[in-house]
Amino acid sequence: MSFPDPTETFRQEARELLEQLEQGLLDLEQNPANDDLINSTFRALHTIKGSGAMFGFTAVANFVHEFETAFDQVRKGQTVATPALIEVALDAKDHIHKLIEQPDTKLAGGDAILEALRAVIDGTNAPAEAAPAAEGAVIALDLDEPTPVAVETAPAEPTTWRIRFRLPSDALVYGTNPLLLLKEITDLGPCVVTALTDTIPNLETIDPEVPYLGWQIDLTMAEDPHAAIDDVFMFLRDGMELSIEPLTGAEPAAEPVAIPAPVVEAAPAIVAATPKPAKAAKAKPAPAPVAETPAAPPADAKAPAASSMRVDAERLDELMDRVGELVIAQARLTQIAASSSDGNLKTIAEELERLSSGLRDTTMGIRMVPIGTLFSRFRRLIHDLSRDLDKDIEFITTGEDTELDKTMIERLADPLVHLIRNSVDHGLESVEKRLAAGKTPKGTVRLSAVYAGAEVAISVSDDGAGLNAERIRAKAEENGIITADQKLTDQELNHLIFAPGFSTAKEVTSLSGRGVGMDVVKRTIDGLRGSIDVTTKAGQGSTMTLRLPLTLAIIDGMLVRVGNGRFTIPLSAVEECVELPEGIEGKGRNFLDIRGALVPFLRLREVFNTTTPPEPHQKVVIVSSGEGRVGLVVDQIIGNNQTVIKQLSKLHSPIKSFSGATILGDGTVALILDTAHLVAHGQSYVDRNKSEGKAA
Amino acid sequence: MKAFKAGPMKALTMRLQDELFAIEAESVREILDLVPITEVPNAPPFVGGLINVRGRVVPLADLRVMFGMDRPPPDKDTRIVVIEIEIDGEPTIAGVLADKVHDVTDIEAASIEEAPKVGMRWRADFVRGIGKRNGGFIIIPDLGRIFETQGARTPPSTAEERLAS
Repeated sequence: MSFPDPTETFRQEARELLEQLEQGLLDLEQNPANDDLINSTFRALHTIKGSGAMFGFTAVANFVHEFETAFDQVRKGQTVATPALIEVALDAKDHIHKLIEQPDTKLAGGDAILEALRAVIDGTNAPAEAAPAAEGAVIALDLDEPTPVAVETAPAEPTTWRIRFRLPSDALVYGTNPLLLLKEITDLGPCVVTALTDTIPNLETIDPEVPYLGWQIDLTMAEDPHAAIDDVFMFLRDGMELSIEPLTGAEPAAEPVAIPAPVVEAAPAIVAATPKPAKAAKAKPAPAPVAETPAAPPADAKAPAASSMRVDAERLDELMDRVGELVIAQARLTQIAASSSDGNLKTIAEELERLSSGLRDTTMGIRMVPIGTLFSRFRRLIHDLSRDLDKDIEFITTGEDTELDKTMIERLADPLVHLIRNSVDHGLESVEKRLAAGKTPKGTVRLSAVYAGAEVAISVSDDGAGLNAERIRAKAEENGIITADQKLTDQELNHLIFAPGFSTAKEVTSLSGRGVGMDVVKRTIDGLRGSIDVTTKAGQGSTMTLRLPLTLAIIDGMLVRVGNGRFTIPLSAVEECVELPEGIEGKGRNFLDIRGALVPFLRLREVFNTTTPPEPHQKVVIVSSGEGRVGLVVDQIIGNNQTVIKQLSKLHSPIKSFSGATILGDGTVALILDTAHLVAHGQSYVDRNKSEGKAA
Repeated sequence: MKAFKAGPMKALTMRLQDELFAIEAESVREILDLVPITEVPNAPPFVGGLINVRGRVVPLADLRVMFGMDRPPPDKDTRIVVIEIEIDGEPTIAGVLADKVHDVTDIEAASIEEAPKVGMRWRADFVRGIGKRNGGFIIIPDLGRIFETQGARTPPSTAEERLAS
């Protein structure tokens, strides 16, 4: 066991918080007055700042601090979250991200972002200034802030504050160093530190791990020290005693909403807050300390730890491999048990089969992640595209809870980015064109995920102009992808957009149109054993549908024999098995009548060039993929087995009939049939048959 | 063609029909007795099979195809040499059929000659060099070239074409 690098832990946590921040900001854009959103956004910022400082990311902490200060205006209701503000805030978020990922490089631009942030806030603030100051206070009170907001324009004189604190009795056990805390406070300004020794017990009763000393600090500073002190004790606030009072005692009596608050006691914490003058211009989160205490970041960050834990993805892969080996070993045991007459052995084999299949499902379940985590990332993409291309876009997602293997989701991110960009850039028309075509000015991009058998179908659709068949054709001819007289079906034509080096955009934009991208999408999806479909209607939009297997590791399979070879068919694709009717041989038609529907069939013996004599009674396994069905004629159906999928090497990957291989109970290798590919061929056979029928 | 390192080349010698072949010992992982071979329908004959090597599914190559030799069925001397090889930059484990495996031996670099461009029964680029030992010749095949040619080419076989057309 090695200890995880704390900085890496911080990075991971920060990444999640930043994502949360981004989501919050985007939600806020839709819903600017939602207090919950504002608060959760603010909390995310605050936690990043706190833990950033703790792990030595000073640049992050400083930047976030400024960001937070500016954003605090929104929280206090003094500024509205305008789109312009969100825009800058998103830039700021990106900047934080960069600071965290590359802490050692000097990053420029931070000041400019903060400048812009302040400018936006001051801009939106301007009209609010005309309103009476009391309004700000009223809004603040709406936010359940028990301390008064003092809106004062005169800068405060340096005041001396008396800060007294006692650490919680377990603070030393958890590694708190009081000297560091004191140093942080003494760095704030000139001060006098006194130790409070009144609670030190007799020597014989002293527990060396309990901090008996209290501290009193008389600190002189112009600003209200509450926020600064609060930061110092951020992770200790539960169970500690802390009081901060102005020493002069000269209270400005004429506070507008000043409730002379005595010490607010909240066991076990004692947090004293007294009315104090605050500098409105500086807008430190002055009223925050008391209100914020319950939402203290440490508690916030700890909460999810109880219900979930972080596991290295590599370990999950390892676990999956082990389970795979176990499943193979179990299959061998089952085979031995089946040929044995020992009842006990049979019982154990059955028991083990049940257990290993349960273990397999659980392990797979661990790796399944709802695709919503991926979808939410694209909201930012749409936001940016909308701004850059000046198109008004509505982004609709459905099926966020559809679950997919984690590795699959990770590998899907890039292809989906390409598809969405493509939809927005090439698909959706400009506002003028939309209006001219009698459409709403706002374009729609829809991202959806649904289960379809053993597959998940993910589609990206837009209500734009649709693919332009003539342009595609012209472009493909120009780029030498097809010849001028080549005949193509609509589907084939549409698929040309996935050809390497193809691009129809007349101008190359920064986003798409360089002719790389769509072929990469195709390749990635192929690599995931998936397929991609395009449907389009001129003037009404187009839809790209990705079909992907649920997992890449283990499937239930049906073992069949063709000649001497044994093959596995993914059980999830199998619809039913029937006998091949006799006498169908010589008729020259390869269709079966399955309850009134014509289903084409493929003789695997012919497909695989098998030379051994056929079984007299051939079986047909009806498999489906997406919409299509096809019958696969085999010599024998052997039975079901759990199949650990092994990828084929480069030498065999060009053979499309197989999606992989597996190891059977007796140690031999069996190939796994690629049903989608076979169905597609069966289907093309149907289409050809239809067109021939028409011609005849 | 890669130049040979100075000094003797440590090589595993094996027999394919009447010819002696040498494979660099460094790339050999293990030598197996014959195991059940799963035929891959429609695969090129050079890599027509798959075998199970300790839980891995590994392609089985038959060099005799590439050197235009007869391919009698396996007998008691038949072995599978498991090698590690890069195919298009991807490290791949593959089995190679041998009619008989002899021994690991040093072949003096000085005795290795480049394959003659003409007058050879085989494609010159499949042979890295020809060594001499005990008065006989040892063919040193260019496995990287052979596998890559196969990997890059792999034409869809006739049955697949029939299926597609």
